[in-house]
Amino acid sequence: MTPARTPRAPYPPRSRQITNAVMLTLTGLCTLLVVAVLFFILGYLAWHGARALSLDFFTKLPAPIGQTGGGMANAIVGSAKLLGIASVLGIPIGVLAGIYLAEFSSGMLASLVRYTTDLLNGVPSIVMGIFVYTLVVLPMHHFSTLAGGIALGIMMIPIALRSTEEFLRAVPNSMRESGLALGASKAEAVFTIIVPAAMHGILTGIMLNLARVAGETAPLLFTAFGNQFWSHGVNEPTASLPVMIFNYAISPYEDWHRQAWAAGFVLLMAVLFINVIARVVLARGRRIAAR
Amino acid sequence: MPTMTEPQRATKTDSQTTLGFFARLRKGDEIAYLVTLVAALVIVLITALLAQHLWVNSELSRHTSGWRFLWTNDWDPGSGIFGALPFIYGTLITSALSLLIAIPIGIGAAIFLAEMAPRNVSNILTFLVELLAAVPSVIFGLLGIFVLLPILSNYVVPPLRAVFGFLPIFQGAFYGVSYFSASVVLAIMIVPFIVSISREVLIAVPASQREAMMALGATRWDVTWRAVVPYASRGIMGSVFLALARALGETMAVTMVIGNVPDIHMSLLAPGYTIAAVIANEFTEATGDLYIHALIELALVLFVTTMIINALARLLMLRFRVQEVNA
Repeated sequence: MTPARTPRAPYPPRSRQITNAVMLTLTGLCTLLVVAVLFFILGYLAWHGARALSLDFFTKLPAPIGQTGGGMANAIVGSAKLLGIASVLGIPIGVLAGIYLAEFSSGMLASLVRYTTDLLNGVPSIVMGIFVYTLVVLPMHHFSTLAGGIALGIMMIPIALRSTEEFLRAVPNSMRESGLALGASKAEAVFTIIVPAAMHGILTGIMLNLARVAGETAPLLFTAFGNQFWSHGVNEPTASLPVMIFNYAISPYEDWHRQAWAAGFVLLMAVLFINVIARVVLARGRRIAAR
Repeated sequence: MPTMTEPQRATKTDSQTTLGFFARLRKGDEIAYLVTLVAALVIVLITALLAQHLWVNSELSRHTSGWRFLWTNDWDPGSGIFGALPFIYGTLITSALSLLIAIPIGIGAAIFLAEMAPRNVSNILTFLVELLAAVPSVIFGLLGIFVLLPILSNYVVPPLRAVFGFLPIFQGAFYGVSYFSASVVLAIMIVPFIVSISREVLIAVPASQREAMMALGATRWDVTWRAVVPYASRGIMGSVFLALARALGETMAVTMVIGNVPDIHMSLLAPGYTIAAVIANEFTEATGDLYIHALIELALVLFVTTMIINALARLLMLRFRVQEVNA
C-alpha cells in the first residue's frame, strides 16, 4: 500500500509559467522581426530592381536629364576603380600594422596603435569625407577618383588591422616555436610560417572589408563627387554606384527612380554575395581549426 | 621570444645557396620590424592628421561664433549666421528614439539566439542578422523613401495619433519625412549590432550562473532575466553604446528620410535635420570660407561626440571581459 499523495501546488507557480511562456515567445518574435526585415529588403529589391535591370544598365552612360533610358556603366567602373585604389592603400597598411601588433610589438606603442585604430574605426563616414576633402581635394583644387579611393582606403585600415591581428593570434604558439627551433629568424618565422597559416582568415577579412566599403556613400560625396560621363585616369571626378543611387533616389524623375532600384539591386547583390561567400569560408575554416 | 644568435645561424650550411629573399631578410629582423612599425605609425599619423585638419579648417567658425555655435538655433548662411542647435537636436532626438525602438527588440532577439534557440538554428539566424548589418546605408535610404514613408503615413501614424494624439510629440501635420521616420530607419540599421554583440556577451556568461538559478526551481525566463542578463549587463550596455555611436554618425539613410529642415520641433512627426545630413547636403554647395568652416566645425562636433561614446562603449566591454576572466 502506497501512502496517499497529498495534492501539491505546481512548481513553479502557474503565474510564473505564464510569464515564462509569454516572454520566451516575445523574444522569438523579436528575432523573427529582425530576420523578416532582411528578407523584406531582399525581396523588395529583387522585385523592383530586377525588373528595372537591362543590358543597357551595364553598358551605357547615364541619359541626360529629361531623357529616359541609359545605364550606369561609368558608375560600375568608377566603383571598381575606387575599390582598387582603396585596397592598394588600405590593405598593406592595415595588414602590416596587424602583423606588427600580433608579432613584433609590446608595451605603450602597441596600446597607442590599438587605441587610435579603434578611434579611426569609429569615425563617422561623413567625417571621413570631410577629412579627405581637406587633405586631398583642397590642395588639388578638384574632386578626383584618387581622393575617393583614399577616403575608402583609410576606412579599410582599421578592419584590415583587426582581422589580421585576430587571425595571427589564433595561430598556435607551437608553430612559432617550431619555426624558431628549426633555425628560422623571427622575420622568417612570421612571413613564411605564421602569416601563411593565417592567410585564409586574413583574405576572408579583406573580402568582408571590401564589401563594407563598396556600399559607402558619404565619404565619396565630397571626394569622388560624381560624373555623368566616363572618368579617365585617377585625376577626374568619378561616378560610383552608391552615390548614383543617392542622387537618383532623391531626384524627381520617375525613370531615375527605376534606375536607382536597378543600381540598388546590383549593389546589394554584390555586397551580400561577397559576405555570404566570405562568412561560409570563414565558418568552415574555424570548424577545421577547432578539430 | 628568443632571437637567433650569430653562431647558431652559421651552423646552417644551405642558407646561402637555396634560400632566396627570405634568407636575406633573416639578417633583417630589424627590417621586418621597421616596416610593420611604420605601417602602425601611419595609422597614428592619419588619426592625428584627421583631428588636426578638422580643428584647423573650422578655425574661422570657432572664432566667429564661439560657443554660441552649439546652442543658438538660427542657421542662416546667407547672412553669415550659424547656430547649429537644430542639427544637434535632430541628431540627439533621432538617435535616442532609434535606441528606444532598437534596444528591446535587439536584446529580445539576442536572448532568443543565446538562450533559447538550439545552437545551429541560432548560428543560421545570427548569420542572417549579420547580413542585415552588411546592407549599405544608401539602400536603407532608398527603401526608406519609397517603402517606409508610405507605410508609416498609411498604417502606423494614424493609429498612433488615435491613441497618443493628445501628446505634443505626436501633433502637427505629417508629410512622411520626419524625426520619427528617420528614427525607424536608424533603429533597423542599428538592431543587428545590438543583437550580434549582446548575443556574444550572453553566450559568454558561465553555465554555473544558469545552473545555480535553475537548481532553485526557476523557470527558463527567470534564469535568463535574473541570472544571465544582469551578469551580462555591462557588455549589453557596451553594445548599446556602440549602436548609439553608429546612429549619431549615420548619414545617407537619415538624409533621405528626415526632411532636411533646419528647425526645432517638439513633434516627432515634423521634418528636421541632423548634423551628418546637413554636411552631406550643404557641403558641396557651400560658398564662402565661413560657411565651409561652420560645416567642418559640425564634423568636428560629430567626431568628438562619437569618439567619447565609442570610448565609453569600449570601457564597458573591457570591464565585462575582465569580469569574465576573473569568474
